[in-house]
Amino acid sequence: MVSILDIIGPVMVGPSSSHTAGACRLGLIARNLVGGTPQKAHIELHGSFARTGEGHGTDKAIVGGLLGFRPDDDRLRTALDIAAGEALDYTFAKTKLGEENEVHPNSVRITVERDGRTSVMVGSSLGAGRILVNEIDGYPVEVHADLHTLLLVAEDTKGSIARITTLLADDGVNIATLRVSRRRRGGDAFMVIEVDEPPGDDVRDHIRALPWVRWARRLDKVTG
Amino acid sequence: MFTSLASAILEAESRGLRLSEVALEAESLDQGRSVADIRAALARALAVMREAVARGAEGDLKSTSGLVGGDAAKLRHGPAGPMSGTPFRDVLMRALAVQEVNAAMGVIVAAPTAGGAGVLPAVLTGLADARGISDDRVIDALATAGLIGAVIADRASLSGAEGGCQAETGAAAGMAAGAAVEMLGGSPAQCGHAVALAQQGTLGLVCDPLGGLVELPCVFRNATGSAIALAAIEMALAGIEFAIPADEVIDTMGQIGREMDVRYRETAGGGLAATPTGRRLAKERLYQLKRN
Repeated sequence: MVSILDIIGPVMVGPSSSHTAGACRLGLIARNLVGGTPQKAHIELHGSFARTGEGHGTDKAIVGGLLGFRPDDDRLRTALDIAAGEALDYTFAKTKLGEENEVHPNSVRITVERDGRTSVMVGSSLGAGRILVNEIDGYPVEVHADLHTLLLVAEDTKGSIARITTLLADDGVNIATLRVSRRRRGGDAFMVIEVDEPPGDDVRDHIRALPWVRWARRLDKVTG
Repeated sequence: MFTSLASAILEAESRGLRLSEVALEAESLDQGRSVADIRAALARALAVMREAVARGAEGDLKSTSGLVGGDAAKLRHGPAGPMSGTPFRDVLMRALAVQEVNAAMGVIVAAPTAGGAGVLPAVLTGLADARGISDDRVIDALATAGLIGAVIADRASLSGAEGGCQAETGAAAGMAAGAAVEMLGGSPAQCGHAVALAQQGTLGLVCDPLGGLVELPCVFRNATGSAIALAAIEMALAGIEFAIPADEVIDTMGQIGREMDVRYRETAGGGLAATPTGRRLAKERLYQLKRN
């Protein structure tokens, strides 16, 4: 369903909704994964991001996102200079994440490190500022981040979904979508839960403390 | 949201409403937001549009690569032409101004995209200021433009990579034309004719930016796209009707986009980007960028 405000928007720093606004949002996601501005970031650009990224400010936009700037923040223009002051040590490389027809042309792999915690994500900028995160820490995901999202990998035990949804409900969080997948019976279950309200740190810690949860991440929405 | 302009026009005319009213009503239902809340978001968009026009008109901006910038100011202060002192010249100036801001990594409203962001603010604020129309009416016009854009997104495309420039500045011209006709007192049916008249004039337009950058010819296509919108507005308000309905013109744009060679869809593989001068300029500028 197309919204008027998707068409008349977003308000953004130019010049390209895919190469600048979308790139910034991918940087924001990577920041989210380590819970703040990373001390180190390695950014590998693929396809059109690698070819025309510099002219579009893709480098500045991604680093700006890592610094927590949103797509309409005009500090994006000077993000590379600001990064030095914030002790964000970033490096760029060009890469080929896959064949041209399999990987979206505007894709990037970002490896971030903060306080000893490392995270890796692969994402694409789909156009009009929309993004898709394809992979986090080696797990295949499909996250647009236009809602707050919880990602978790759990042992395939009975009642796990009920337990998680109860924890969220008790925290006053409304679930918008819930997808559960697993590779085989008894194998790890992968849950992607999109929610209307940002879940609090308490509920996140509760989920992480569950013995059958192997891995959990909270991604704040990066649109709107 | 509506998926055809015909259904929106029918609903508006049968209830004696403007297109903006049925658009805001539909958006409110779809998104679960109040009309006041949606109008507040559109008011913010309008404020950003006006700031971009003012910033670009100062004339001191250069794009990241140095390929474009400073031309809006020439329409303000440069030698007179036959359209000097008319809204036409002012609209062209505003379209260049917004796109020069965009190319210099300034703040704009991507409406419908960053590459086509100059047309809507140029046409709507240019004509509103010339006619003394209130911001409230311009905000309504933005809702109408959003409705038209939503229909184009649904039936065709709003991406140069998918449909060429006809889907970016072409779509923007259609949105601006329909929205301005409502703002200037035209009927919903006249808005539909304005959309069709603008879009028929941009069918087949390719997306061929030098070096793949949203600079050249993008900045100037926003000015010429605005000129096409003005032509469509003038004709529609004069009572001219275009025989092919707007929805079918939009469908045609989508069809042409799908059949368009990939060289003409933002890849810098064809069109002006592939001319000897286009290639040389792109190479020089990209080299300079890497050195900076």
